[in-house]
Formats: sequence, C-alpha cells, structure tokens
Amino acid sequence: MWKRDEAVKPTGPATPAGPAAPAQQTQANVPAQPDSRRQQMMERDVVNIGKSVVIKGELNGSEDLTVEGHVEGKIELRDHVLTIGPNGKIKAQVFAKAVIVLGEVNGNVTATEKVDIRDGGSVDGDIVSPRVAIAEGAHFRGSVDMQRKGGQPQAQQSRPSQGQQQAQPQASSVPVQPAAAH
Amino acid sequence: MSLSDLFSRKRKDEADTADGGKTDSPVHPTKALGRFLSSLAGKSQPLLLDLGPVVGTNVTFFGEELGCKILVENVFKDVDRHISEGKLDELPAFLSRRFPQDDASVDGILCWDIFDYLDKASAQALAGQLVRILAADGALFAQFSTAQPTATAPSTYTRYVVVDKQSLQYRPYAAARRKQVALPNRDIQRMFEPLRITEQFLLKNNLREVLFRKPSAAASAPDHRAAD
Repeated sequence: MWKRDEAVKPTGPATPAGPAAPAQQTQANVPAQPDSRRQQMMERDVVNIGKSVVIKGELNGSEDLTVEGHVEGKIELRDHVLTIGPNGKIKAQVFAKAVIVLGEVNGNVTATEKVDIRDGGSVDGDIVSPRVAIAEGAHFRGSVDMQRKGGQPQAQQSRPSQGQQQAQPQASSVPVQPAAAH
Repeated sequence: MSLSDLFSRKRKDEADTADGGKTDSPVHPTKALGRFLSSLAGKSQPLLLDLGPVVGTNVTFFGEELGCKILVENVFKDVDRHISEGKLDELPAFLSRRFPQDDASVDGILCWDIFDYLDKASAQALAGQLVRILAADGALFAQFSTAQPTATAPSTYTRYVVVDKQSLQYRPYAAARRKQVALPNRDIQRMFEPLRITEQFLLKNNLREVLFRKPSAAASAPDHRAAD
C-alpha cells in the first residue's frame, strides 16, 4: 500500500491512460526500486490501475490487481486478489478469490475466499463469500451471504429481498459509527 | 518520511483494524441468543434480518454459526433521520413500508432493543411488518427495558456485539432519541401477535430478552389472541 503512487508514476513520455498502461508502468519502474522491493513486487505480481484511469467494460485477469481508478462494468479475477484502493471507485459486479475494499464499491461482490471491508471502505451491494470482515469505520449496505463449507452458493438464488432492496423508497445506509464495534 | 515510518504506520493501521476498535465496554450475559441460534440451526442457509447497525464481528459470527444470508437494515438510523428532519410523525408510516421483503420470507430477525426507542404507533407498525415477513417457524429476538427511562438519562443507542452464544458486549453510541416508555409484557405480547413467546429472560441489568416464534399455522389463523 505504501508509496503506491511511485509504482504508477510514469518514467517516460506520457502514455494514454488505459487498462494496460499501468501494468507497463509498473514493470518499467521495477529496476528503479530497491532489490527487496523489486523482489516483493515480482513475487506478488500485482498490477495497479492508477487514479486517473477510467475503465468501462469487463475486466478479466490472472494476477492480483489493485484499483485506484474508476471501473464500471464487471471485474473478474477468479483466482486472484482484488484490492480497491482508497481512491478506487467501482461500479461493477466483482468476482475474485479475495476482495479487499478501502475505496468505494457499488455492486455485488462475490469472493471464493474472503471479502474484507477496511476502515474507510464502502460497499453498497450484496456480498457472497465464505468469510467476510467489516472493519470499524467501514460502510456497508446490503446483504451478506456466507455459505458453510460444502454448502451451495446462494449467489444466484433469488430470495425476494435482494432485488427489492434497491427499490425501497428511503432505505438508509448503515455506516459503522466511529465508536462502533468491529 | 522514512521507510521505517511508513512500515510502522502500516503496522499500526493493521493492528487497529485487527483490534476492531476494542473498548472497555461491559460484557453481559445473554440467555435468549443461544436459543435463537438453536432455533435456526436446523434450517438450511436461513435468511437473517438484523435491525441494528452493522457490526462486522456479528456478521462473521452469525455467518459462521448459521451459514446464513444476513440483511442489515439499520432502523436506529431511520429513527435518527426522522428526528433530524423533524418528521417523527411520519415514522409509523415509513416503518410500515420499510421492509420490501415478501411475506414469510425471513427466517430470523434480530431486533435488539429498537422497540425501547419507538413510540407506540411506530412500534406497532414495525412489529406488524416483522410479523409479516417472518417465516413460519422463524424466530425473532428482541430486548426490552423493564425500567422506566428517566429524563436525565443520556440519549444513547447500544451496539450489541456478540462475544459468544452466552454473552454480548454493550457499546453505547450517540443517539438522537432517548428510550421511550418501558413496555409491559401484555403490550409486547399483543404487539407481536400471532407470534408466540417461547423464551423470556429477565436479566440483572433490567433488560428483558424475549424470543418469539411464528407458529406454522399462524398465517392461517391471524386472529388468535393469546391469554395474558
């Protein structure tokens, strides 16, 4: 998380913003990093989508991804970790192995391992995951579906509450109060 | 800022998150919560409705205990919003349309102590909705104060954090409204008809924990009135 901006800082001539650009920039910066940092980055194999990047459409990948920009549509990282950074704004259906939210997510989130909404993170949508952590100071509105081990996923099961929840007239958000429990 | 500073800040942030804002709030026993869980244990992936504020550890607890789907609908926040907007007289009507769920679609409801903060009309409207959406054999857990609130009592809600099946941590936080009149047993029972009170515990801290169950035949016999 720390010094994330450095990883996406362009070193050469400005390149047009797009899904592929941040990945190239990350690779281009690697030689300038200390050895330990470089090794860590290579091990983690994380791609960043920078603050200024806006993606509309479907985003698929086979490596961990950190989003600091805006994404609208669908994100699918079935076997990898998706991190929504503090500046990230997602208006999309999300599918990943694990999802860490420090920014804003508007849409349903499905994870095969864990969803972690950190302090300052916000999720408006339904969560389907065997493990869910909502930190103090996080904002969440929606439902949480945690299947037992061996249970069948309920993502496609249409309990009547879900579709209707979005339509309720003055439904309130449910921010966790600062003095609140975790 | 040095690299070590950044590392230490990150470690502190992680520690804070892991700690989950642990406080010295008191832990009190609960008798009805375990029964509530037992009543839902036999259901396959039940749907649980929580009327309190989001508490991450509670979501995890109920999810792991029941393998359930949890809906969090913070009614306390609704009360605060109506007060801040000066529309408290509209609260009963709002609550009567607050829950879009279908009839008999929810297996368990956690009311906590929301009814202590509602006037009679609002409480009746909310109870009516909860009775409507609760499924047959479903369970409803609620707490009621037995002590009349005093004028000097602070305006606080309580966030109930599940420690385990037998204990809850009470964490007060600022509210826009004090507790209203303590409801007598008879009113509580009538408010939730045709639900049946299956468990009732009077705790040492003057809270009454009540576990309601919806009989299987309740939907077809709405006029049944239990004796006091």
